[in-house]
Amino acid sequence: MFRYFVRRLLQGVLTFFGATFIVYALMFANQSDPLQALAGERPLPENVRQALTERYHLDDPFILQYGYYMKGLLTGDFGTSLTNRPILEMMEQAWPTTIRLSFIAIIIAVLIAVTAGIVSAIRRGGVFDNTTLVITLLLLSMPIVVLAPLAQLIFGMRLQWVPATAGADSGLFALVLPAFVLSSLVIATQLRVTRASVAENLRSDYVRTARAKGLADRRVIGVHVLRNSLIPVVTLIGTDLGNLMAGAIVTEGVFNIPGVGFMLVRGIRTEDGPLVVGFVSILVIVFLVVNLVVDLLYAVLDPRIRYE
Amino acid sequence: MTDIKAEIDVLPGLDSSARLLDVENLHVEFRTQAGVARAINGVDIHLDPGETLAILGESGCGKSVTAQAIMGILDSPPGFVTKGAIRYRGVDLLKLPEEQRRKVRANHIAMIFQDALSALNPVFSIGFQLGELFRVHRGTSRQDARRRSIELLDLVKIPAARQRINDYPHQFSGGMRQRVMIAMALALDPKVLIADEPTTALDVTVQAQIMNLLAELRRERNMGLILITHDMGVVADVADRISVMYAGKVVEEAPVLDIYARPAHPYTKALLESIPRLDMKGQQLNVIKGLPPNLLRIPAGCPFHPRCAYARDVCRADPPPQQYDVAPARTARCHFWTEVVGDEPAGS
Repeated sequence: MFRYFVRRLLQGVLTFFGATFIVYALMFANQSDPLQALAGERPLPENVRQALTERYHLDDPFILQYGYYMKGLLTGDFGTSLTNRPILEMMEQAWPTTIRLSFIAIIIAVLIAVTAGIVSAIRRGGVFDNTTLVITLLLLSMPIVVLAPLAQLIFGMRLQWVPATAGADSGLFALVLPAFVLSSLVIATQLRVTRASVAENLRSDYVRTARAKGLADRRVIGVHVLRNSLIPVVTLIGTDLGNLMAGAIVTEGVFNIPGVGFMLVRGIRTEDGPLVVGFVSILVIVFLVVNLVVDLLYAVLDPRIRYE
Repeated sequence: MTDIKAEIDVLPGLDSSARLLDVENLHVEFRTQAGVARAINGVDIHLDPGETLAILGESGCGKSVTAQAIMGILDSPPGFVTKGAIRYRGVDLLKLPEEQRRKVRANHIAMIFQDALSALNPVFSIGFQLGELFRVHRGTSRQDARRRSIELLDLVKIPAARQRINDYPHQFSGGMRQRVMIAMALALDPKVLIADEPTTALDVTVQAQIMNLLAELRRERNMGLILITHDMGVVADVADRISVMYAGKVVEEAPVLDIYARPAHPYTKALLESIPRLDMKGQQLNVIKGLPPNLLRIPAGCPFHPRCAYARDVCRADPPPQQYDVAPARTARCHFWTEVVGDEPAGS
């Protein structure tokens, strides 16, 4: 177990460097003139341009720039964005917002997907099962760029059940609609996986044994079947995190939430290399850690799995 | 030891003078998309305390379905009990509400299954799966349940029970797993134990150990044991009576020695002749030609007639042969049972 853990951590370090290198290279290749992009239409005074070029090592070769950047990153210095704000400060504001948003989204997704998945697995072919099938198909086929503005229009502006946007320091309530939209990205697959997994487990021999033991249906399903069925679902939640982060870029843009996705969009638009790479580096770490945790959790849920 | 819930679980109408288990004219059908499969077509079996009844037959003859119907764990749909009665000490289990039926399981009638690895839940420890019975049915505490579970593992002779209680099913060998199954079935001291091919998945030496353990526990506890098997060799040593099933019916029922000496049904006779015997070394082994009937289209008359050497016109037409009394406590569903019994066994 410990050896597995160490090996995974080392693999994680490699992945981290690889991912940041690629992102940095992409931003570098994409850069035409970030300083001009910063200034917009106005001409940039030559002395300012020189000072900024020096500060961001824009004249150095690519590999040196990456070296400077990683040196800063590893000493905890994310540097400043091209708008001269410390990136760490921007993160301190953006990350809690996005974490809160995705956390609510995951909870919503799991609650709905697991409950509906179990019910439709038990009543296979029934009205509920077929209805959820149609709804999940709709969700799967509707991209979030359509769903997010649509939900905002209907629930935020027409019905006015929830605030249409959620600015900085918004309460949990304002995040409910964005979280629902975000959860729609993963809810459909989670529901289908839960349904398939429960349906398969319901047919297994140990369910027959549990019933022969005189256990009530509620206990047979709620304890024996559920524990077995959740194993693939938990794994899915780990990979879903990537989907959620991608979805957050759109959702935060639409609902004006100053989170990670919002910052990333702004960074990409203004060719702000340090900003984008800084945020993506943390994203990579989050993703690696969550997947490691999920893999370890897998062994806890299924005693047959032992890591060497 | 406080069995808080034990008194509540007493079945109303239980008559201790009535027969332990009496299955009468049981019919079970499976309603599938391909049609209605008549898996059980009027099974009569009965069982007394301390007795071992073997139910014998080929795959698909309805042995396991009978057991599952008695337990009330048929997959329904598609399986439905359409007719008949299953009386336990005079109480018709089929008429009980589900809540009471549920309490009959494990408390009065328990069952062990063929493949203990898949029959045990892979993600819970043995201690959890055993202790669950005490906690759910008896309302005992976790510690009490654990202590009793260890006693049970000792009872079925699992070494180092105290350490193994926390192990998971995959950490046990096949024979040990089947012992765990037996411990689980015996936990609440049932009066009837149904063993559905308990040794089929095990190798021969372990088979004998498990059969001996079952026989010993049956004797000690004066349980009725229903042993479902397709292996005539297993049956001879342990069973008191045999019910031979074919196409969802008991075609012959007799005390074990009688059936081996003089089978009264052509099917039983054919089964016996298909056992390899040391004194017939080098000779061609007799096999039963053909396949058991498709349960969607059971032939008219005696269902065995397409494979039967004795079959005549009367066998091919309805009604199917009734239960003829061959001797006291001996029946056979064959029009020509006298001929079958009269025949000298092949090879002598």
